[in-house]
Amino acid sequence: MAEKEVLIEVKDLKKYFKVGKNATLKAVDGVNFKIYKGETLGLVGESGCGKTTCGKTVMGLYQATGGQVIFDGTDIHSLSKKEKKEFTKRAQIIFQDPYSSLNPRMTVQDIIGEGIDIHHLYKGEERQKKIHELLELVGLNKEHALRFPHEFSGGQRQRIGIARALAIEPEFIVCDEPISALDVSIQAQVVNLLIELQKKKNLTYLFIAHDLSMVKHISDRVGVMYLGNMVEFAESDELYTKPLHPYTKALMSAIPIPDPEEEKRKKRIPIEGEIPSPINPKPGCRFAARCRYATDACRQTTPELVEVTPGHFAACHRVKELNQLGD
Amino acid sequence: MSEKILEVKNLHVSFRTYAGVSHAVRGVDFYLEKGETLAIVGESGCGKTVTSKAIMGLLPESNTIISKEEGAQILFHGENLLDYSEKQMTQIRGSKISMIFQDPMTSLNPTMKIGDQIMESILIHQNVAKSEAEKQALEMLELVKIPNAKERMKQYPFEFSGGMRQRAMIAVALACKPEVLIADEPTTALDVTIQAQIMDLIGELQKELNMAVILVTHDLGVVASVADRIQVMYAGKIVERGTVDEIFYQYSHPYTRALLDSVPKVHTNNKETLYSLKGTPPDLINPPTGCSFAPRCEYGMQICRQSYPDVTRFSASQECSCWLHHPKADTKGLPESMIRRSVD
Repeated sequence: MAEKEVLIEVKDLKKYFKVGKNATLKAVDGVNFKIYKGETLGLVGESGCGKTTCGKTVMGLYQATGGQVIFDGTDIHSLSKKEKKEFTKRAQIIFQDPYSSLNPRMTVQDIIGEGIDIHHLYKGEERQKKIHELLELVGLNKEHALRFPHEFSGGQRQRIGIARALAIEPEFIVCDEPISALDVSIQAQVVNLLIELQKKKNLTYLFIAHDLSMVKHISDRVGVMYLGNMVEFAESDELYTKPLHPYTKALMSAIPIPDPEEEKRKKRIPIEGEIPSPINPKPGCRFAARCRYATDACRQTTPELVEVTPGHFAACHRVKELNQLGD
Repeated sequence: MSEKILEVKNLHVSFRTYAGVSHAVRGVDFYLEKGETLAIVGESGCGKTVTSKAIMGLLPESNTIISKEEGAQILFHGENLLDYSEKQMTQIRGSKISMIFQDPMTSLNPTMKIGDQIMESILIHQNVAKSEAEKQALEMLELVKIPNAKERMKQYPFEFSGGMRQRAMIAVALACKPEVLIADEPTTALDVTIQAQIMDLIGELQKELNMAVILVTHDLGVVASVADRIQVMYAGKIVERGTVDEIFYQYSHPYTRALLDSVPKVHTNNKETLYSLKGTPPDLINPPTGCSFAPRCEYGMQICRQSYPDVTRFSASQECSCWLHHPKADTKGLPESMIRRSVD
C-alpha cells in the first residue's frame, strides 16, 4: 500500500445500551482506529467483546453514545437523512447469518436490486444486466435470479449477501462474521471471493470474525477487542508472531492448529474463567480479573492503547516489563 | 492390541422426506478401542451426526430406516444394539454410552435445575438413594470445574454461560461413568479460549475414567491435538481413515486434502488464494453412482463417475477409497504425498 489514504477514522467510539434501572451495558467503550483505503482491518475477540456492535456503529446502524466515526472527512453520526443515504451508497455491510439476513419473500433479483432502486442507479434492462453480472461475479448464475432464498444453501446465500452489498458499488464493506456459518470448504470459497473482489475493485474491508486464523489470512492489520476495549492493534503478521498483551498471547495460543506436530510443540497459555459481564464494568483494566500478571495498578486505572513498537499498539500497564522478560 | 468395545458394521441409515428417501449414511464400518479417541471429520450433511445418533439409538423412529438386510450391526461388547428394545437401550444410553451435543442451550432442559438434570441420569441408572445421587451430582459438577458447585446445582441453564452449560452437559453425560462418550461438535458454539478449556477437560476425564471417545467435528485444528485415529466422511461414506499422523502428513484422498488445505496454515502468506472446492456436496436423495466426490474432484476420471472405488490399504491403520490408487491410474500431476502404494 503506497498511498495510505485514511478512509475511516474512528475516534473514542462508545456505544452503551441501557439494560435496566442502574445498569448500562458498555458494549464498545472508547475505541480508536483508522482504516486506510484498500486495506482490510480485522477485528477479533471472543463473543460479547463488542466487535459486532463496533462494526454496526461504524456503519451507522446504531447511534453512537459518544465519539466519532469520520468517513472521508465527515462524521457519519451527524449526517442529515439525505447525507446518510449518500453514505450508504458508499458503505455496505455483509451480515453473519445468511439465513436471517435475506428477506424470504423476495426473489434474489429483488434482494440484489433493492439498493440499485433506492439509489436510482440503473433502470429496466440495465438493472437486469447489472444483477446478472453481480450473480456471476459471486459465482452464481443468472438462472438463480428468480429464485427465493430458501432454495439456496448457506454458502450460496452468503454469496447473495455479498452480491447485494456489492450492487451499489461501495468503497467500504463491513464484513460481520461472513464465514462463521459456513462449512470449511465453502469458507475458503467465500474468503477467496472477498480477496479477489478487493484486488479488482480496490475495496476497503472491516472484517469482523472470531476465527483467528481466517482473520490473519485476510487482514492487513488486526485489532483485538476485549470487553468493549481495544487491547492490542498491529499488522497481522506482527500480531500473530509477536503478541504483546497477555490476553492476545492467551488467545493466540488457544488457536487450534491443524497440524499434530505443531500442536505438540506449541505451549498453551491457559486462561482461567470466562469473559465477565460488560454490564457496569469495574474500573481499571478489563482483563485484570483473569490476568495472572495483574497488579493493584491494573485494577485501578484503565491502561491507554500506546504504541509499544512502531505500528504495534497495546493497552497494558506492564507490557514493557513483561515482554522484556520474554514471557 | 486393546479391546474393541464398539464395532459398527455396514451401517445404512435413510430418512423418508417429502422429496423422497434420503440416504444419509451409506455403508459405514468402523471400530472403537478402549480408551482411544476416534475423530469423525466431514462437512455438514456428510452423515457424521447421523452415525453417532444411530449408535445412541436417538434417531426418530417414524421416518428413519436402518436397513438390516445389508447386515447392519452396531456391536457394543459383541451385542447388537440394533436388536435391542427401547427398554434395553435406555439402560445402555447415558450409562454405558453417553453423548454430548453441539448446542448446550437446546440440549439441556430449560425448566429443570442443573443439579436435577445430573441426578436424573444417576437415579435412572443406579440403584441409589436421592441423597447419594445428589452427592454424586455435586462431585460431577466439581469434576467439570464449575465454581461454587453447590449453589450452581440449584440454578437453571439460562443462568449459565455457554462454556458453563457445555461443562454441565459433560457432567450429565459422565455422571454414570460411561465406557464410550460421543462428543458431537462439543466446542463448535464456543470461543477459542473456552474451546481449549473444554477439550482439556474432556481429555482429563477420558484418562481418569478410561473412556473411549468418538469426536465428531469439522474442525481439523481440534482433531490434530486430541485424536488417535481419524476417519473422513463424505456423502454418507467413509472415504479415508488412518492415524492422526497419516491423515495429516500422508493423506491419500483428494477430499481429505481439500479439507486440510482450505484452512489457512501458520505459514501460508496473507491473502494468498486458499485451496477451495468447487460446488457443493451431492443431494443424498439421488446420490450419484460411482464416487460421490467425483463431480467436485480435480482429479476426477471417467471411471470415478461410473463405479465406486474399492478400498486400498496403505498400512495397518490407513485405508482410502479412491480410484487414484488403482494400479492403472495415472498419477501424473498428483501431489507427492498422495502417491501411495497399497500394501495388499
